[in-house]
Amino acid sequence: MKNLKYLFIGIFFGVVLTKGEATSWYRMQEMFRFESFHMFAIFMTAIPVGALSLFIIKKLNLKSTEGQPIEMPKKNFNKGTILGSLIFGFGWALTGACPGPLYALIGSGYVVTIATLLAAIAGTWCYAYFQKYLPQ
Amino acid sequence: MELLYKPWPWYVAGPLIGITVPLLLLLGSKSLGISSTLRQVCAACIPANIPFLQYDWRKDSWNLIFVIGIFIGGFLGGYVFANPNPVAISTSTINFLKEHGLNEPSGLIPAELFNWSSLITLKGFLIMIVGGFMVGFGTRYARGCTSGHGILGLSALQWPSLLATASFFLGGILFCRFVLPLILDL
Repeated sequence: MKNLKYLFIGIFFGVVLTKGEATSWYRMQEMFRFESFHMFAIFMTAIPVGALSLFIIKKLNLKSTEGQPIEMPKKNFNKGTILGSLIFGFGWALTGACPGPLYALIGSGYVVTIATLLAAIAGTWCYAYFQKYLPQ
Repeated sequence: MELLYKPWPWYVAGPLIGITVPLLLLLGSKSLGISSTLRQVCAACIPANIPFLQYDWRKDSWNLIFVIGIFIGGFLGGYVFANPNPVAISTSTINFLKEHGLNEPSGLIPAELFNWSSLITLKGFLIMIVGGFMVGFGTRYARGCTSGHGILGLSALQWPSLLATASFFLGGILFCRFVLPLILDL
């Protein structure tokens, strides 16, 4: 099973998100109200670690363990980068969760989060349906 | 043993989140990004001839396995080894939440907002369903969420990701300041 390793990386990521309380609605309220350093510090340590590892991967021209070349992630800009992100920000403030924590919270026993996850899937579907009418 | 149940400080959790970026790249040339799994579920279950959902979602099925892992990780970190104490948020946040009718924190999320019976109230519907809808709609429109733009995109020094991250923080900050209090008071 070639994909099994992603299960383990996912477990790792889920444990870290949960134990770091990045799945907590309370923590998000605190963050958006600038009343604690906790969440900001998580971002401000995660990003340099990611950036440094990307730098090393590029510098040493590392290949993946499957022998494939590693492509540097590239993100394009369109109007959705701003508009969509603002909408996501509103949803993030309400639910206190981004997509990753939604999956983790269900596992943590907050089963009602399934409703939020289904709503998020519905939101994605509606974006796909109305995409042609939206500014891109 | 007690250590297993304790929450982790930011200087442990933050770097470990960052490590996920090279882990995925080195072990399989995969880019961290979780909101795309929502699109994959749509493409797999309800494609409905929508062009945006007509693609070979199976090629990215690793991502679905990854989020099953996140679910299991949430089970381990938040259920099996759950922190028995409430999340230690700042007193000013607790006071704000109390002013708007919430109890002292317990668990990771407030049970008085997130429960099945409140789904049929206006407040619960707005928070869980409308909120969730905006998360799914917004992240796809933005082509990424906190993981894809905020962690991976910023790590790769992508300026669109910087704009995206700034925008979702701006959205969240404004919403928490001006709208959320009204909803909590419903």
